[in-house]
Amino acid sequence: MSRSRNLLVGAALAALAAGPAAAERLGLGRPALPEEIDAWDVAVLPDGTGLRPGSGDVATGEEVFAEKCASCHGDFAEGIDNWPVLAGGIGSLTDRRPVKTIGSYWPHLSTVWDYIHRSMPFGAAQTLTVDETYAITAFLLYSNGLVEDDFVLSDANFRDIVLPNAGGFYPDDRPETEYPLFRAEPCMTDCVETVEITRRAVDLNVTPTDPDGRPAGTLPPLTLAAVAPAAEAAGAAAPEAPAAETAGAAVPEAAPGAEAAAGAGPDPALVAAGESAFRKCAACHKVGEGAQNAVGPVLNGIFGRPAGGVEGFRYSKALTDMAAGGLVWDEAALHGFLENPRRFMRGTAMSFAGIRDEGERAALIAYLASLGD
Amino acid sequence: MTDEAKGRGAGGARTSRRGFLRTAAAAGGAIAAGAVAARAEGPDPLITEVQDWASGFGDPVDATPYGLPIRFEDHVVRRNVEWLTESPISSINFTPIHALEGTITPQGCAFERHHSGAIELSKPDYRLMVNGLVERPLVFTYEDLTRFPRHVMTAFCECAANGGMEWGGAQLEGCQFTQGMIHNMEYTGVWLRDILNEAGVRPEGKWVYAEGADASSNGRSMPLEKAMDDVMVAFFANGEALRKEHGYPVRLVVPGWEGNMWVKWLRRIAVYDQAVESREETSKYTDLMADGRARKWTWVMDAKSVITSPSPQAPIRHGKGPLVITGLAWSGHGKIARVDVSLDGGRNWQTARLSGDVKPKALTRFHLDIDWDGSEMLLQSRAIDETGYVQPTKDQLRAIRGLNNVYHNNGIQTWWVRADGEVENVEVA
Repeated sequence: MSRSRNLLVGAALAALAAGPAAAERLGLGRPALPEEIDAWDVAVLPDGTGLRPGSGDVATGEEVFAEKCASCHGDFAEGIDNWPVLAGGIGSLTDRRPVKTIGSYWPHLSTVWDYIHRSMPFGAAQTLTVDETYAITAFLLYSNGLVEDDFVLSDANFRDIVLPNAGGFYPDDRPETEYPLFRAEPCMTDCVETVEITRRAVDLNVTPTDPDGRPAGTLPPLTLAAVAPAAEAAGAAAPEAPAAETAGAAVPEAAPGAEAAAGAGPDPALVAAGESAFRKCAACHKVGEGAQNAVGPVLNGIFGRPAGGVEGFRYSKALTDMAAGGLVWDEAALHGFLENPRRFMRGTAMSFAGIRDEGERAALIAYLASLGD
Repeated sequence: MTDEAKGRGAGGARTSRRGFLRTAAAAGGAIAAGAVAARAEGPDPLITEVQDWASGFGDPVDATPYGLPIRFEDHVVRRNVEWLTESPISSINFTPIHALEGTITPQGCAFERHHSGAIELSKPDYRLMVNGLVERPLVFTYEDLTRFPRHVMTAFCECAANGGMEWGGAQLEGCQFTQGMIHNMEYTGVWLRDILNEAGVRPEGKWVYAEGADASSNGRSMPLEKAMDDVMVAFFANGEALRKEHGYPVRLVVPGWEGNMWVKWLRRIAVYDQAVESREETSKYTDLMADGRARKWTWVMDAKSVITSPSPQAPIRHGKGPLVITGLAWSGHGKIARVDVSLDGGRNWQTARLSGDVKPKALTRFHLDIDWDGSEMLLQSRAIDETGYVQPTKDQLRAIRGLNNVYHNNGIQTWWVRADGEVENVEVA
């Protein structure tokens, strides 16, 4: 019995070993061309594999960083709002609020170069040259106090740089440090003597809420009886039956007003569509009461106003030049800019691909026009 | 109520039903709604009177060529916590697990995580490159992928940061926000190993790196063994094409491992002799420990469970008596073996039913039917997987990992159910 089993196991092992080698190719796909691999395989590995020839110095890096990165990361890589902090924090990893930066946390310089080159700037990825990437990386080393201000980073000295936290990582050890502890047969009865509530989320009050103050998405009541108290409150101002009638009557009553408004002002549906389209702008542009300049300027009252007029916002040279030339954000200008920002305004700092769909642009412009000062 | 009334159109039935309501509510007073229904004093007009929907027409076919849920369910949507991130372009939202049942997550409300927005990439524009330490660097079109042998697999996808906001203590009200960075779909696609074999992995190749086509080109490394095991290059989810926000037309499915590795809009697979140590596997998705050092390559999602109802967004409104406690359990190590539920904050436990199929590395539904006496409860669930791993408490995890950990919080969740049926997110000790 055991002998035949061994035989079986042996046969199975042989079959497994033969498996991959014997796996027949289907002949699908085509050879990847060297130019294609060069275009897509931009990864840089910890040992420097994949690094491209080039160089950049701290001073150049500072200039490029100020132009292309500082609007989110700050002039000194200190991070604006919640955008990532890139410098400082060394020695903070055991603090209650550790600051994880390139200098304090990142283990490999290759990661910095790789990420900047392939994924930054946010909204305009893969627009930095190899030398610009070296320069920005050099500047980030400098802003972390790891090199002097005359430092030049290149593919020749790249591998010599060891980041401070290079030794700070170790592979997952949960199988040794956690799993043995959590594999005991669990207790079922009288497991603890007393149970006390130690924390309540309501004390923090940071959950998104519905208009009624409940946590957002709370399921509505399932029975009419449960709805009734709310209906009582809502209907308190009007007698029962007429309230139901006015609910229906309210529509035709409101309609003529809406039509009249359509002649004079924007179509509410279009403005609503524009508000929804604006979500892709809201990452950088704030609107409404109390809005402040962020990555981009506040857009209240933008429609029909001369370009470049928001106080306290540092515009690109491209924008100030066009503003000096008399650019006004009227409908045509907004259409042109929003369709393709970089074509309309060469050198704009706005990292946005544009909106091809004319209807979506029209909605967005209607929404912008609806914003007061 | 007004909106609802509008939507139903005018009709005497509604008016009289509302009249009935008033009477019932007045007569019932503080008695729970269920009790009122059981002791209805008069016949229910919903039954005795002919309703609009029982007399006129409903929608014709083709009214909605591809349908959305009925408007009465429009609260069942993904939700964002705006203060979490600076930009919705690089952000996350949450699956409304408190409102779902069974195990499959509809694509339309399954959580999204993008690093540079959800891109539009068509099938004709799609290319997948396989290069690095392979015999034959190859390029595949979408059509090429459809010609590999096809397989079907259900798997949960959980963000490593699911529950991260709760690491320091109970913070958000509702399992959508505390455990909702998860979804579970039935995928159809081809094995990554078949694609790798087509290119021929060279003996020095030890790591497989997958990268997306979006501007973030989110890339993650995994050991060759995992890539050759159960990783799928998927193009269907829940029977239909992947939705844009889930990586249309092609994404990676990495069963049991953290969601960040499930690269969407997959454009390149590379074989290397080392891990790339990309931004997402060094500065992010590493686990900072109390001593200031960090665990890396913490890929597996350990066993976890949560009661989805009752929960803060799903309070008990029907009063005492029969109560269904329902929840989800999952493990990146395999199948769920058992789920226990406690009504008293972990003092005593009883074993729940596992409902439906139990699949490895997939969401498992559990139910426990109780007769609620109307008194306060501290509800907890704990999952036990087929390796014998028992879901730990949050304090057990904190004792090992310290307070600066963010990822991989699989600790036990406590819901405080009050006598009025309202539910709060709390921690107990």
